[in-house]
Amino acid sequence: MVKAYRPTSLDYALDILDQEPLYILAGGTDLMVKKRRWSGLSPSFDKNVLFISDIEELNKIEENDKYIIIGSGATCAQISEDTNLPYYIRAVFTNMASPGIRNLATIGGNIGNSSPAGDSLPILYAMDADLVLASKNSYRIVPIIDFIIGPGKNIKKDNEIIKEIRIPKVNFNKIMIKKVGTRLSTALSKLSFAGLGVMENNKITDFRAAFGAVGPKIVRNIEAEKAVIVLINSNSINEDNIRNLYSADITPIDDQRSTAVYRKEVCLRLLIEFIRTLGEGK
Amino acid sequence: MKIRFNLNFEDVEIDTDPLKRLLDVLRDDFLLSSVKEGCGEGECGACSVLINNKIVTSCMFPIGKAEGKNIITVDGLKKTKKYEIIRKAFQDAGAVQCGFCIPGMTIATEALLLKNPRPSIEEIKEGISGNLCRCTGYNMIIDAVKIAAERGKGLW
Repeated sequence: MVKAYRPTSLDYALDILDQEPLYILAGGTDLMVKKRRWSGLSPSFDKNVLFISDIEELNKIEENDKYIIIGSGATCAQISEDTNLPYYIRAVFTNMASPGIRNLATIGGNIGNSSPAGDSLPILYAMDADLVLASKNSYRIVPIIDFIIGPGKNIKKDNEIIKEIRIPKVNFNKIMIKKVGTRLSTALSKLSFAGLGVMENNKITDFRAAFGAVGPKIVRNIEAEKAVIVLINSNSINEDNIRNLYSADITPIDDQRSTAVYRKEVCLRLLIEFIRTLGEGK
Repeated sequence: MKIRFNLNFEDVEIDTDPLKRLLDVLRDDFLLSSVKEGCGEGECGACSVLINNKIVTSCMFPIGKAEGKNIITVDGLKKTKKYEIIRKAFQDAGAVQCGFCIPGMTIATEALLLKNPRPSIEEIKEGISGNLCRCTGYNMIIDAVKIAAERGKGLW
């Protein structure tokens, strides 16, 4: 039987984590399933476990002039119900899993899992979110785009906890959020899309697009985004040049949820549709 | 590890593996077989319980995290007037066939009405979206929740 720690302060949690490598368990909705055995038997953890869901300082959602700051322990339900947050962030979390899971599952867990199909990731990538990784006596700030390095792989060290997610505030006025799954509830994404833009005085000044579940990591191409802005503002954007800019980046696979062909085509069509709506307001 | 929590309005303590699933603790240690295991991976909702008045799939909840929490299963809900209204509404709507999903559906109904005492049909669907029923096709269950909300005016 493994040991479990249940600290109520972050400092104490980081102290413990500095002594030995541990499974960090917040909501548990992924880890408890991954480690499960037959009913009646305890899950098979091979390292001791650190429960962090009772650390209140990790569960806060705040904002200042520059950033929205979401504690890594904030649950999907908490984020989806927080009326101070932009609706497009909330919507992503409202569309995840089911009520019983949303009450447990956390944003930090979704990021830490680093699945290319993680539903919270495209919007966080599109919004240039930074992660604050805390360890005993230190912390570092890492852009989410650099944090995840492959399916299920990230650069978090064993003695670090994702403390919070900092999202720079931008007044996006063009928004498209889409999750494509088999059904509304409890579905893993076939693909997901987050498109954000700013239009000022009939010009697009900011354009971002992120795609989930169509490659080993979330796809975002900042060079292509710059090109799209120029093409829109010069009225020379068309379906072909959008496809040319993005086709090479969107590299999905066939799996039990969907096919590569479907995923790629739907991604490109969502992107084309989003860009069309950007042109419309001009 | 010793874990103390409140179960169905009583303070309880158990000394067990902190990673043991709440589902197994409720069924095997507290003999509350109303809490069902369907899928064991959070898909079906048959193991739903209330933790601090929020619906949670107990198959994903290690008992070590229960310290200091209030946990309610259908067995505890039975002591309330609201339960009587939900039970009668499910009966009158013909919402129960094999019954396996019903403890979870009852918890989902209670959780929904606690948050939203007058839910629309869409909100009811969303409220029970984590609970699978393989018999009814859901329409009668949705009717039942609607009836419960109407009859229970002022209780939630």
